[in-house]
Amino acid sequence: MATPFDLALSLLVLVIAAFAVLGRHGFMAVVFFITFGLLLALAWLRLDAVDVALAEAAIGAGLTGVLLLVARSRLKALEPPLAPAPHPVLRAGAGVGAAAVTTGLVLAIPALPLSTGLQAEVMEQLPLTGTDNPVTAVLLNLRGWDTLLETLVLLAALLGVWTLAREIDWPGRAGRAHRTRPDGVLAQFGRVLPPLALVIGVYLVWVGGHRPGGAFQGGTVLAAAWIVTVMAGLLPAPRVDDRTLRTALLAGPVAFVVLAVAGLLADSVLVFPPDRAKLLLLGLEALLAVSIAATLAMLVFGAPEDRSGRDP
Amino acid sequence: MSPALLALVLTLPLLGALGAVAVGRHGGPVAVAAALATLAAALWLAVRVATDGAVSIAVGHWTPPLGIRLTADGPAVLFLATTAVIMTAVVLYAVHWITGPKAGADRDGPMVHTFWALLLLLWGALNVIFVSRDLFNLYVGLELASLAAVALVGIEGRRETLAAALRYLLFALTGSLLYLLGAALLYSAHGTLDLGLLAGQLGRHPSDLLALAAMTAGLAAKTALFPFHVWLPPAHAGAPPAASAVLSALVPKASLYILLRLWFDAEPDGAGPVGPLLLGGLGAAAVLHGSLMALRQQRLKLIIAYSTVAQLGYLFLVFPLVAAAGALDPAGGDAAWRGTLFQALSHALAKAAMFLCAGLIIEAAGHDRLERLAGTARALPITLFAFGLAAISLMGLPPSGGFVAKLLLIEAAFERGAAAWALVVLLGGLLAAAYLFRPLAAAWRSPDGDAPGFAPVARRRQALPMALALAALGLGLFSAGPAELMGGLP
Repeated sequence: MATPFDLALSLLVLVIAAFAVLGRHGFMAVVFFITFGLLLALAWLRLDAVDVALAEAAIGAGLTGVLLLVARSRLKALEPPLAPAPHPVLRAGAGVGAAAVTTGLVLAIPALPLSTGLQAEVMEQLPLTGTDNPVTAVLLNLRGWDTLLETLVLLAALLGVWTLAREIDWPGRAGRAHRTRPDGVLAQFGRVLPPLALVIGVYLVWVGGHRPGGAFQGGTVLAAAWIVTVMAGLLPAPRVDDRTLRTALLAGPVAFVVLAVAGLLADSVLVFPPDRAKLLLLGLEALLAVSIAATLAMLVFGAPEDRSGRDP
Repeated sequence: MSPALLALVLTLPLLGALGAVAVGRHGGPVAVAAALATLAAALWLAVRVATDGAVSIAVGHWTPPLGIRLTADGPAVLFLATTAVIMTAVVLYAVHWITGPKAGADRDGPMVHTFWALLLLLWGALNVIFVSRDLFNLYVGLELASLAAVALVGIEGRRETLAAALRYLLFALTGSLLYLLGAALLYSAHGTLDLGLLAGQLGRHPSDLLALAAMTAGLAAKTALFPFHVWLPPAHAGAPPAASAVLSALVPKASLYILLRLWFDAEPDGAGPVGPLLLGGLGAAAVLHGSLMALRQQRLKLIIAYSTVAQLGYLFLVFPLVAAAGALDPAGGDAAWRGTLFQALSHALAKAAMFLCAGLIIEAAGHDRLERLAGTARALPITLFAFGLAAISLMGLPPSGGFVAKLLLIEAAFERGAAAWALVVLLGGLLAAAYLFRPLAAAWRSPDGDAPGFAPVARRRQALPMALALAALGLGLFSAGPAELMGGLP
């Protein structure tokens, strides 16, 4: 049953989304986008989807917001863009397409059946999956093949960012050097926030076995701890060819793919035998959290850049 | 045995990609090993499926609707095997290309650290797409393929290739989102993402029409169907030739393959006569527009890229041909189905061969401008011969795979009494002859006295596009086996 709070929240989500899309000022658009993500997380909470809410807040609002802010500050540093406005035909086409999809959705969504999807079937199989959290069961076990590929999507994104480095800057430290005033807000933040985030991140990974949480949410919080430390200038970003870094990036995906290959012994791929599933899932989540944290943080740091005279 | 082979075909490229990231700039040998192992597994799997029938795996022993089903049937193994052949040739080609003009040069940089992993991730994603029967799993496969492909377009980091990569990214993401929207709607309405369970159910629900329209539009944009093709020529012409070969030959086929599975495996009813006619009409427009644009280009790689726009157009003629044939005459539908698959596979082999030829010509001449290619045929006879053989398949001349494809499409059109589609196929063949004649003529011209020389290119590297072109030819000479694997319309 929709409460007045739900209605107000829905309306607010729409208004903030409109501000994020229509805003002419880049910085404000990003701020509205982050607000939009947080409100959306609230909406997921209202729908009892705690895992989705956590992911939306951590990745949708937090990490994507940071990426957009970094992208904006770099765009500002460039000369004014020379790109011409899109062709009127293209703009009209995009408008017509968006209007058609929206109209279709307005007509289609009320006609959809009210169903709980496959919840009952998942709960039935839950004892065999090695976890008490149905979301973790679906993500890592029942549809683990999707999640395996998703972790590789993250890796592909990072490799894509690395292709943007200039040959003379390779293999340097990721991104630019960060200098902050030692008594500034960011430096203070950098000392207080990471220990807290570390504890919360590890807890989220651990708790994913029986309650909302897991490798993606926990990994994002761990990434945040690292990003703040580097942005505060307390630690340098790693070199892109650093062996420890590469190990951290690869640990989760390698464990996942090796598990998938091992499934061929049982004439399938990615088999979690019910009697060993709990241990396998726990180990996999831990390694995935490390890799997700490392990959997301490296995405924010960016490709190696000219650091001449700033970082020995 | 066969399920294990399927598991290996799916995971070996992924393992290779992870290995390549682990070893950094020495990824070449890792990629070669992964390529040869995957090629062997894919060919062996194809033989097994040809003799024993389709292989199916429920991932983790979870059956749909909870789990994901992977099925290697006849069409799937044909695509897996063709992909393996092309990827292996590209990997062997790139081993020498990536070290630069000085063979064995001790080169470091972002390119050697990322190229192999991106190429192998792309291969892994394509293999996933060819066997997955789950709409969301297909989405993840598409995302992985698109991201790797976009990164490969911009990998040289030049201003114009980055612009092309960004444009490609925007089109690919829009296509992905439309596809995902459709998948979400189908799941809400039917409670499953499995194509097998959805078969016969599509069209029963009012939201299905929107879902199907959104997915078709999204996949068409990813397949570069006219008028969504604008991203393709700059992206495929700007990427390094090794990447272009894969991007042009295989990547658009992946989204087309999902489209075929969606339309013909899941058999939506209520699509009406308009949708198939529209898709066929746009395909015909792509054939004509792509060919005419290819005729006007002055650079070899742009000619080949526009040719891809045209050749992809033929693949959409299957929709009106089957829609019209279905009720009346299943045989006409079978011919259209097999013709489309032959076109997809033979174009893949021929186009990969052409881009590798273009890469070798650029290595030798330092450019790919037609007016300065005189004397190329004398300097690179094997390469030009391979280019000519690939051209035979693209024009649809016997005895190539392209000839079988076009013959089947024309046969389907006449059985249907829809001769207009046959006319498109014939006209496209003539135009292909015209636009492919120009680079061949330019290469066979005698050079002027003071023309610059050509850098030497090793014969075994020239053999790579030759092998691919011969494979495209072989698809026509030995068409019985593949035709049997393709079967009839599902």
